[in-house]
Amino acid sequence: MKKILLGNEAIVRAALVSGVSYVTGYPGCPSAEIGDEFGKIAKENGVYAEYATNEKVALESAIGASFSGLKSLVNMKSFGINVCSDTLFPLAYTGTKAGMVIVVADDPSCYSSAQSEQDSRGYAYLSKIPILDPSSPQECYDFTKIGFEISEKFNMPVILRTTTRCAHQRALVSFEPAFAKASAGKGIFIKNSHQYSTMPPRTLEMKNELLEKIKKIKAYAEESELNPIRKHSASNGASKIGIIASGISYLHALEALEELKLDLPVLKLGFFYPLPEQKIIKFVKPLKKVLIIEEMDPYLEKDIMQLAKSGNLKTEIFGKNILPRTGELDAEKVCIALSKLTNKKFIAFKTRNLNLPKRTARLCEGCPYWYILPIVKRIAPEGTIFGGDIGCNMIGALPPHSMYDYMFCMGSSIGISHGIKKSSPNQKVISFMGDGTFFHSGIAGMINAVYNKSNPLMIVMDNRITAMTGHQPNPGMGKNLMGENAPELQIADIAKACGVKNIKVLDPINQKEFEDTLKEFIEKDEISLIVCKRICALLARRLEKAKSN
Amino acid sequence: MEKTFNLIVNGIGGQGVVTLLTFIDQAAMIEGYDVRSSELHGLSQRGGSVETHIRFGKKINSPLIPNGKADLIISSELLEGLRETAKSGKQTKFLVDDFAFPFLGSLPAEEIKKQFAASENEIHIISASKECKKKLQNEIVSMVYLFGYAVAKNLIPIKKESVLKAIDEIVPEKYKKLNISAFELGYAS
Repeated sequence: MKKILLGNEAIVRAALVSGVSYVTGYPGCPSAEIGDEFGKIAKENGVYAEYATNEKVALESAIGASFSGLKSLVNMKSFGINVCSDTLFPLAYTGTKAGMVIVVADDPSCYSSAQSEQDSRGYAYLSKIPILDPSSPQECYDFTKIGFEISEKFNMPVILRTTTRCAHQRALVSFEPAFAKASAGKGIFIKNSHQYSTMPPRTLEMKNELLEKIKKIKAYAEESELNPIRKHSASNGASKIGIIASGISYLHALEALEELKLDLPVLKLGFFYPLPEQKIIKFVKPLKKVLIIEEMDPYLEKDIMQLAKSGNLKTEIFGKNILPRTGELDAEKVCIALSKLTNKKFIAFKTRNLNLPKRTARLCEGCPYWYILPIVKRIAPEGTIFGGDIGCNMIGALPPHSMYDYMFCMGSSIGISHGIKKSSPNQKVISFMGDGTFFHSGIAGMINAVYNKSNPLMIVMDNRITAMTGHQPNPGMGKNLMGENAPELQIADIAKACGVKNIKVLDPINQKEFEDTLKEFIEKDEISLIVCKRICALLARRLEKAKSN
Repeated sequence: MEKTFNLIVNGIGGQGVVTLLTFIDQAAMIEGYDVRSSELHGLSQRGGSVETHIRFGKKINSPLIPNGKADLIISSELLEGLRETAKSGKQTKFLVDDFAFPFLGSLPAEEIKKQFAASENEIHIISASKECKKKLQNEIVSMVYLFGYAVAKNLIPIKKESVLKAIDEIVPEKYKKLNISAFELGYAS
């Protein structure tokens, strides 16, 4: 069967074909469509699908499934792997029982990411977990399937690392329409603490077992069809020059070769870790120059340089010395680099500077945050420090609000505000976060501020959904991913149980009440919390429409 | 068609840019072309500029259109359309909705049109959202209207039947009529 699929949709298809029974993760861009799609189709396919409270919990949940004999798929954006890394490293030691593929979606150029331009491939070195790097929706499909095969064969989780231009690329994909039978809820945990518990001295033994496993996976990678060499005419004199590329960069490389009318050998690395070293050496050896094309960090370049050095190869290795390290790559950037290595002339297109005003993201029409941010800005005493967080509230950093004095990652606004209050007690600090972020990782920072006795004012902007990434359910909503009713956790109750004494839940449209509470709470000697509860305007419109239909 | 057709569809997050992209992808596939497109979601979809790339032809490599290589720009908003002139080639044609969605510091519609008029490219500015609102009581399909116009005026090498088939194949039953009406309106305009 052939259909146009989004990269993320291809991953869903492949997971189903591979017999996945357990899907978990945390929504983020550009990975969210994976979990969202499973939310819609899980039940009819006998799959269990959830969004966990955060990526660490998601990975742990998948480990439970794997140890119980069910194949699992974990989905998250780049930063999710930071959150779950604590669990990821011991998982490499214990290994999996049933297959597990972990999708980690990077976002070169930060189209939908604020905190850093993260190249998650680096986690391979820390965790020693195999990483596959697809370039297209077809490869999203093929690599997910092979990922499950590798995972089952070696009892290792496999990371499928995508990027925005791969996950959000649409193209024709050939796929098998028939699904293997999923078995949600039909696993059995067979005790095996020798394998599932990391505890010294066993831990070091496990490390050695892991290193042995990696050797075997490396041998597998050497033979794998995931690392093909593109056909080229060897007679061409230019073939003293070659290209090694991975992920989306491979497609840009093909485009650039066509543009420059060059016919060079290209080694495409579908395996980022472990690398097929012998294959690479064999490819590089006869060449005078090799260009390594990879986005963001020069991981491949460093590894291949090391390989060339230890193999006494004379080949000159080029990479980040002629390609940018920041921002996504495209065919033009590759053309410029290739023209430096070959005698081909390339004149880059000159863009015109129009000096047009930039249109940045903004709060939607009717967004409840319109009632919150301007009022806080007006009421807060002069010099008050504002901390932003991740989610729709990030827009508070942009004009016309331009409010935030610091902004980091999920749930961090409260943790940092505590540190400021402890260090500079006379300055006022207000930290913002959304409801999704509160459940994800904001609670820990709030407990810390109670326990270690500081007094920031925390405003949870509860719009009743995880809105920014496309309206996913969260624990405050009373619904789960599969649309079932679920316990509706109350943010105020949690805060109360955690020892927050000053708590007010209000609708920010009641301006007077909101202003009075702000004035009162900002002067408190202990941490205080205002939960501004008002439904996301888009969600409200959608619910209304559904009702009238 | 020997050459790859390069199309940029842009606009503002929430205006149906990605929906139109899926129609065009499907219609191009029906025509027998290889298709590859690239879109953006998330933060950029919250009212910011959204630029998507669609390429179809014999064999497509990269999903991104190199600067200067676009054959057609379909834009749902005047300023966003004008923005694309920064990297348009001589062959690039523009099809822009006569609709302005201003923000703090943005340019007046008349100023944008003046800048368009000074351009040497072929430019079509048509009242898509206005017509959709008037005749269909719904502006959300204005991009589909633009697409209808593009097909009728041969701005894009795709046949009307392929588009109708594409809409039939991928649009949920209850929205089919609205989308077909918008396409037909644009086609007849």
